[in-house]
Amino acid sequence: MAKAYLWLLLVLLYAPILIIMIFSFTEAKVLGNWTGFSTKLYSSLFAGNVQHSLISALWNTFAIAMLAATISTLLGSIAAIGIFNLRSGARQTINFVNAIPMMNADIITGISLFLLFVSFGISQGFTTVVLAHITFCTPYVVLSVMPRLKKMNQNVYEAALDLGATPFQALHKVIFPEIRPGMISGFILAFTLSIDDFAVTIFTIGNEGLETLSTFIYADARKGGLTPELRPLSTIIFVTVLVLLIVINKRAEKQKTDKIR
Amino acid sequence: MINKFSAFFMRRKNWAIPYVVFLAIFVVMPLLLIVFYAFTDAEGTLTMANFRKFMLHPEAINTFVYSIGIAIITTLTCLVLGYPAAYILSHSHFNTSRTMVMLFILPMWVNILIRTLATVALFDFLNFPLGEGALIFGMVYNFLPFMIYPIYNTLQKMDPSLVEAAQDLGANPFQVFVKTIFPLSMPGVTSGIVMVFMPTVSTFAIAELLTMNNIKLFGTTVQENINNGMWNYGAALSLIMLILIGVTVLFSNESDGASNEGGVI
Amino acid sequence: MPLFREAYGLLFNLIVWGYIMQKSDCIISVEHVYKYYGEKAVLNDVNLFVRKGEFVTILGPSGCGKTTLLRLIAGFQTASEGEISIAGMEITQTPPHKRPVNTVFQKYALFPHLNVFNNIAFGLKLKKMPSATIEKKVKQALKMVGMTDYEDRDVDSLSGGQQQRVAIARAIVNEPEVLLLDEPLAALDLKMRKDMQMELKEMHKSLGITFVYVTHDQEEALTLSDTIVVMSEGKIQQIGTPMDIYNEPINSFVADFIGESNILNGVMIKDKRVSFAGHEFECVDEGFGENAPVDVVIRPEDIYIFEPSEAAMLTGTVTSSIFKGVHFEMMVQTPNGYEFMVQDYHCFEAGAEVGLLVKPFDIHVMKKERTCNTFDGKLVDSTHVEFLGCVFECKEVTGIEPETPVKVEIDFQDVILEDNEEDGKLTGAVKFILYKGNHYHLTVFTDWDEDIFVDTNDVWDDGDRVGITIAPENIRIVHS
Repeated sequence: MAKAYLWLLLVLLYAPILIIMIFSFTEAKVLGNWTGFSTKLYSSLFAGNVQHSLISALWNTFAIAMLAATISTLLGSIAAIGIFNLRSGARQTINFVNAIPMMNADIITGISLFLLFVSFGISQGFTTVVLAHITFCTPYVVLSVMPRLKKMNQNVYEAALDLGATPFQALHKVIFPEIRPGMISGFILAFTLSIDDFAVTIFTIGNEGLETLSTFIYADARKGGLTPELRPLSTIIFVTVLVLLIVINKRAEKQKTDKIR
Repeated sequence: MINKFSAFFMRRKNWAIPYVVFLAIFVVMPLLLIVFYAFTDAEGTLTMANFRKFMLHPEAINTFVYSIGIAIITTLTCLVLGYPAAYILSHSHFNTSRTMVMLFILPMWVNILIRTLATVALFDFLNFPLGEGALIFGMVYNFLPFMIYPIYNTLQKMDPSLVEAAQDLGANPFQVFVKTIFPLSMPGVTSGIVMVFMPTVSTFAIAELLTMNNIKLFGTTVQENINNGMWNYGAALSLIMLILIGVTVLFSNESDGASNEGGVI
Repeated sequence: MPLFREAYGLLFNLIVWGYIMQKSDCIISVEHVYKYYGEKAVLNDVNLFVRKGEFVTILGPSGCGKTTLLRLIAGFQTASEGEISIAGMEITQTPPHKRPVNTVFQKYALFPHLNVFNNIAFGLKLKKMPSATIEKKVKQALKMVGMTDYEDRDVDSLSGGQQQRVAIARAIVNEPEVLLLDEPLAALDLKMRKDMQMELKEMHKSLGITFVYVTHDQEEALTLSDTIVVMSEGKIQQIGTPMDIYNEPINSFVADFIGESNILNGVMIKDKRVSFAGHEFECVDEGFGENAPVDVVIRPEDIYIFEPSEAAMLTGTVTSSIFKGVHFEMMVQTPNGYEFMVQDYHCFEAGAEVGLLVKPFDIHVMKKERTCNTFDGKLVDSTHVEFLGCVFECKEVTGIEPETPVKVEIDFQDVILEDNEEDGKLTGAVKFILYKGNHYHLTVFTDWDEDIFVDTNDVWDDGDRVGITIAPENIRIVHS
């Protein structure tokens, strides 16, 4: 009974995604028309004879996410170490400001950054999008590194200095290895947040013709139709994410049971 | 020089400085700019005209109130649907696997626009009219995982001996739930409410797509004004939304803090 | 017939308890209770009878099943087999909220969303008592635990000791027949723990209800209890008063677990005559038969230590001497290689020659639980035998057909432990170490889920992973 409820919810949740997946195997321009099984959309997606803009949007999305996630991870990890060692008053203030981009609505973050860039006459494009993404990704990195710092033995850094390491060596050889799991999960979180983002991107991308996947889909949808090749693309993205998560999950579960044995 | 540099970084608290500068430029300043633009006109002179315009504009007010209404309905629906799911997932008795939990979180990793368009496709497929019903349904579908996950998390972390203590003191299963489990899951419930309410009240693109531009939400109004170069009026509307969000967060922290105060110290 | 059964029951109690007990006095009875987690029995035929008003402590190392037993009584888990009754009512399957017992949890389990008053009033409110009564009772309970005026405090703002008091108040306010306490003092610091012990004892006296207390701290058990139940590996080892348990431990496990002891292998030559450490001693025990292998236990404070003289039963050299606050603790090595721990108010420096003496009634003789390892096995062919999941080479066996089930015996000292797990045919982990004066007696839990007992002079630690080898000539095959 209880499980049946869960399955019902899951079916509801996944029905739309399933529809997209099913209709990625037909040629019809309009979603919902079944014109027979075909893998033409897949081949045309890979053959590159889709509009060039979809591929470049995909590439932009990936490049932005990679850059933003990498910079956020470094900035956020070092910041977390600093914040962790601050007096509680200063720490609370920074934690509060750090929480703003997470608690704030995306649209407000987007508009506020838009106003920042136009006020200082900065032309909007690739750089501004990356900066905007770093803004809302870094807080998550700080939050995922913090618990690792709390768990760490507080004297290892002093021990490293005592044994003759410079602060940078101590950071590199002692602190980073301790907080690495937090940094990795922070990076993954930042990467997915950046890929998914739409509301902040749309306000900071400017109108020089730069597109990410989100803005491309939005523009496309407003024109009235969904580029058919988006169906196979979404299917591929979804299946990749699904497989990745299942693999990570199974590995985590296996590690857990291994430890118990 | 090198020595001074090194001595500066020897103190680990100084490592926070680059990020503090970053936060000042990219978080604090932009928010101050919203306030600045909201209280000035295009020439930069101080004015209340933007807010007056909002107050005297029944359509804007209506959209604002309507958006809040839709957000509340969506949030409550998510809570009613999501709480039992989170409870079942967290309860060892039902023996649900971690994979099952993951399946509920997975949709959060799919691009929100693709999810929305997929929902539109589903409604089309089922001949479900794209209107208010579709809007609420679509948003519930989009944000349900955000309700389930935090509730699941608090239920999961709950000390099982608290349930045993309640049983030990004479509570039957129903009383255990009402008097112990539900109150203890309140932090998860409030953060679930915030995580669903905030994006629904501020959304713009999703509403457009789900209703074929028939229903306008407050987020869309804000976005249109900014896009059309009405920065000052747009900033004022943003500030109003910001205040609404601030109140929501404060409210949730308040109800949260009551039970957690001791834990922080 | 019923008369016969009554008599049989009495006899049974006599054996289990060591003293007679009347049925009407019995508030908790646990009879033939088993609890399995999968294949593993965490409780193995547990029988326990608790008298009304008694302070009973269940004592044992972690993982011995003591907490499981308490949870069965509280109702959080149900027994796989057997029967549990409280106040004459069979409650083996009754859910916890219908049982007349209340529990004080290990980490208090106070409700963080309720203040002190509402935590304590929780049970009373469920009983729908009038609020004036509730208020009166809560105030009384708070007074009882010395926490008057704390009603409105947030439970998270209280110290560990205060939380503990609230937890106790929350339980006793319901006036249970039995109060169950699951290591309630484990999270407190030493000083606080001592104070709380005294208060618990006072509380027990003034409330007059039955306390069942679970702990792994032997000193706590000796201080608090009327009766101690010593458990190990899911079985009750001994039940008795603190004095009984301390002075007359029933086996070497109990002797080792309660207080400090010298435990040695000995031989009961005849009644009142025992030999150990290479000498013969007079003792007070009898009835073991002649030349029976036994364990000998001597408490370190029962050994007299003095300058070598005529009176000495044993002589030796002091190898270490440590001041312990009130007394000195000295290790004395005899010329033939036995080591004794001795406690005395007088100090003998390391290197000093000393004489030792033990009074006959201070020598505790106990029957050995086993004299060698015995396993069920199966003959593979005339020179190979299978047991503990492995095939071992053995001396040629004649007269037994292959594939026949046999008993396999191996002496403790013939089991060889290897540092590298790969070097042994069989692997396992050291789980219990007993020092026997001149060697260690180890219990090794093999990966075949059976224990093997080993005598060795090498030093191992608890939890060490080992490989196990046995020479073919040391494997004795007995037709079963």
